[in-house]
Amino acid sequence: MIRKLVLSAVSGIVLIGVVAADVTAPGDVKVENLGISVALTDQPGDPAEGRKVFANRKQGNCLACHANSDLKDQLFHGEVGPGLDGAGSRWSEAQLRTIVVNAKAVFSDATVMPGFYSLEVGENVRKDLVGKTILTAQQVEDIVAYLTTLK
Amino acid sequence: MNYSYKLAALLSGVLTTAVLVAAPVEETLTVDEVDMISRAASAEGHPLPEVISGWHYRTDSTRALQTDSFENGGMLGVELGEEIWNTVEGTEGKSCASCHDDAAVSMASVGALFPKWHEESGKPINVELQINDCRVNNMGAEAYKFDKGGQKPLTAFVKHQSHGQPVTVDLTEGDMQQWWEQGKELYYRRTGQLNLSCASCHEKNNGKYIRADHLSQGNVNGFPTYRLKQGNLISLHNRFRGCIRDTRAEYPAAFSDDLMALEVYTTWRSQGLSVETPAVRQ
Repeated sequence: MIRKLVLSAVSGIVLIGVVAADVTAPGDVKVENLGISVALTDQPGDPAEGRKVFANRKQGNCLACHANSDLKDQLFHGEVGPGLDGAGSRWSEAQLRTIVVNAKAVFSDATVMPGFYSLEVGENVRKDLVGKTILTAQQVEDIVAYLTTLK
Repeated sequence: MNYSYKLAALLSGVLTTAVLVAAPVEETLTVDEVDMISRAASAEGHPLPEVISGWHYRTDSTRALQTDSFENGGMLGVELGEEIWNTVEGTEGKSCASCHDDAAVSMASVGALFPKWHEESGKPINVELQINDCRVNNMGAEAYKFDKGGQKPLTAFVKHQSHGQPVTVDLTEGDMQQWWEQGKELYYRRTGQLNLSCASCHEKNNGKYIRADHLSQGNVNGFPTYRLKQGNLISLHNRFRGCIRDTRAEYPAAFSDDLMALEVYTTWRSQGLSVETPAVRQ
């Protein structure tokens, strides 16, 4: 019992630590020279986690539009956007972060790519999603860390 | 399999990632030995150079299902629609056939001309709402609720009487032009958390794959369509709502002014293609 209490106290502290992590709100993200050079969280992105978020249809769902040889075990890569082989060589980390956060800031309003950490969204957003971004700041950092590995 | 298809198939094999063939298939759609117009010159002011039926974007096996009425699951719905056509309902003791007799004669080409201007309501009317109008005002029966009762099969049966006829929409009647404008505005309006419009997929990216789905021009000439995913007839307004929902947006009610305007506009975009009801899609 005592051990359980100690454990829950420790996990409580860990949780508080996560909640208190410094996260930039979507409205406060600064784009300079087409790049976002400052990470959205103070916890470094995890490429392995990013690879999962990239492929997950309910999260990044990036394969819907982009082919990526690193995920060739997954069937059916989309072709609406450019293939991402070598994306980590073509773009800087700051540029990749901007494209994921809000591609319209890098390309133009004409791009069909959704802004994954932006509140500049379409009309009549589903009620339960109003004010919410597609991905969390940490998921964006994880995906960016993953994309930089695609050399 | 033509040369470019072979080349693309070869390339996709070489590239290991599943890069798929993008172009709509070059083939002629013939249903029960009747040639269909599945590619047509687009109307003046149409943003695409050529109007292409969604049939061309489907897989070999899905396309084959539409070429033979015995293989087309949607024909069961059409047959059910024929039964409904001949069934007496309502306080007036009438069926559709009581006034309209043989649908093959009375409804020939009718479905190809909807939606059209409806003077009484001062709005455009589609086949579903025309059926409801008839049920309430002439049969003394209840209006069908959206997608319920006999709405889908009877609509499919009526539209099937125009099978092969080119889709035509008359924008000179009443305020149709104004509804066309409103529909156009909706077509390009980006909605939802994903911030996409109809045009994002069906104008800018038709011919490309979004994951395993080959994006078509979104033409409406085959509705109600038989969708293999649901194994059932799917109405146009159901499809509109599904697409808008997929942008993570709230979606308008069926037969609302917004979706009626969108029906007017998308039907205009599909003009010249044969009515394929019931088309078979994925």
